[in-house]
Amino acid sequence: MPRIFVYIAHKNGVLDDSAAELIAAAKKIDATAAPTAIVIGSGPGLQSICAEVQKLYPEVWQTSNEALSYPNAELIRKVLTKIVPRGSVTLVAHDHFGIDLAPGLSIKLDAAFVPDVIAIDSLEANFLKVVRQEFGGQVSAHVNCDIASGAVITMRPGAFKTVENLSAPGTLVDKSAEVGPLTASRRYLEIIISETSDVDITKHAVLVSVGRGIQEKDNIGIAKELAEALGAAVSCSRPVVDAKWLQKSRQVGSSGKTVKPKVYLACGISGAFQHLAGIKGNPFIIAINKNSKAPIFQVADVGIVDDILEFLPELTSKVQELRGVAAK
Amino acid sequence: MEILVCVKRVPDTSENDIELNSAGNDIERDDLVYSINESDNYAVEEALQIVAKVGGTVSVVTVGAEEDEEVLRRQMAMGASHGILLTDPQFEGSDGRGIASILKGWVQKGNYDLILTGVQAEDGAAQVGGMLAAMLDYPFASLVTSIEVLANNKLKIAREIEGGNREVSEIDLPCVLSIQTGINEPRYVGMKGIRAVQSIPIPTYGASELGLTHAQVGSAAAKVTRVDYFVPALGKGARMLSGTREQNAQEVVELVAAKGGLK
Repeated sequence: MPRIFVYIAHKNGVLDDSAAELIAAAKKIDATAAPTAIVIGSGPGLQSICAEVQKLYPEVWQTSNEALSYPNAELIRKVLTKIVPRGSVTLVAHDHFGIDLAPGLSIKLDAAFVPDVIAIDSLEANFLKVVRQEFGGQVSAHVNCDIASGAVITMRPGAFKTVENLSAPGTLVDKSAEVGPLTASRRYLEIIISETSDVDITKHAVLVSVGRGIQEKDNIGIAKELAEALGAAVSCSRPVVDAKWLQKSRQVGSSGKTVKPKVYLACGISGAFQHLAGIKGNPFIIAINKNSKAPIFQVADVGIVDDILEFLPELTSKVQELRGVAAK
Repeated sequence: MEILVCVKRVPDTSENDIELNSAGNDIERDDLVYSINESDNYAVEEALQIVAKVGGTVSVVTVGAEEDEEVLRRQMAMGASHGILLTDPQFEGSDGRGIASILKGWVQKGNYDLILTGVQAEDGAAQVGGMLAAMLDYPFASLVTSIEVLANNKLKIAREIEGGNREVSEIDLPCVLSIQTGINEPRYVGMKGIRAVQSIPIPTYGASELGLTHAQVGSAAAKVTRVDYFVPALGKGARMLSGTREQNAQEVVELVAAKGGLK
């Protein structure tokens, strides 16, 4: 079994959740693995990150360099290409940074690449069999990867259960001297924080969330009427924002807002993992979708196979009916 | 600016429910409606908008077979001036790295300043653009949501990061960018537009013309292979309501009220 390395993500002095998930993933590949964590960055904050990572990993490789004060995927790829031994298996989280870093890293390390893995099936000789999803989660696939000459594998955030701390902290090895000067042809300038609108969907107890099933902009009104009757807010999934039917600030998901409502009405939403990643706090999920095979039905509490354009107006009138009765 | 956009013809998930075939080892491919991969369409639109501002040409390239010509023609109807089909029996069974190697073969025959791909296709891999950039030693950025052309062979770009925030960078040309959906509003393509480009020849190139060998492409070179498709039984699944529309609506109202959602 090749040696396993894990890229540790951190930002503004905060360790990413993936650090604990990726060691769990490494143990799924090889229960006896003693993975090495790689922590790259700069400044005094790096020490406390390393100390946290040492609680999880038996060995931590630290690389400090002023050019790495912001996690620039291009420079981090250069560092990893220098320090990771050829033939290793390298694990990275499949988030916006992993997507930026990992495919090119696999080329530079001359290793196989498997993206967005959600489970490990088996390891037989040099063949690692993993589970991925395709078509927005409508179907899963077993994928075989020949790891004889190494592999870079990105793991879906949240797919692997985190592990407990080690009994004794891992050893710290400083690799900074091996890196040399770093220059980037992609230079970080700034972060633009997403604009907020009049409605803050993160503060609502009930969300009427619409997806591609709403079909056109004029139909958004149907969801708004229901939300109004319920005293709820309208949120949405990515395709609705892409089509400019609602503002970005209404989007729930890994590239949108994280919401914690009590009740989540998923209306015409298929349930891609990027969307589900934005729903926290274990709300009661009611899903309405025309497609009985939509992945959203796997995570919802209650499901209805119906056309939202027909069902939502019916629901609105039932709510108004109940409100009317209550008013009397 | 000379721009190359790498595109792919994929089953259209807004037109099809993807299901397993009766043997249970592949998706049911009969009667699937195919179209241009969604983020690739945004990439072509972005390329056309850049060229409209600063001049240049947009070429679209795909790796595939004869049936994939239709997506090239569709993107030419949008305004791309050249379509290129990279096709060879040797290419079959290529993994992501194989596809990137084939595209690299084409890129090196041209003189492109900017190469765009969609962020990801139906397999959700998001890999070919980053691999291609690394093979070419070009800078790369993924999940790009805006592009501004600067002087001195540079672009100012924004990437989508967590929480709807955007990371802004400057990047040197030539480079490879993977384009996220929503970056623009892709123009409509009508039948008339497609008919207008129907007779434009689309050149094809095979392995030898691209300087590729068996060791680099196709199933023999692939280190990563899909074994099968399956539908997992995940969790307990939803309790499905099976009443009439009115009954279901009534039950939902009661459930929402019971969960404290009607105040």
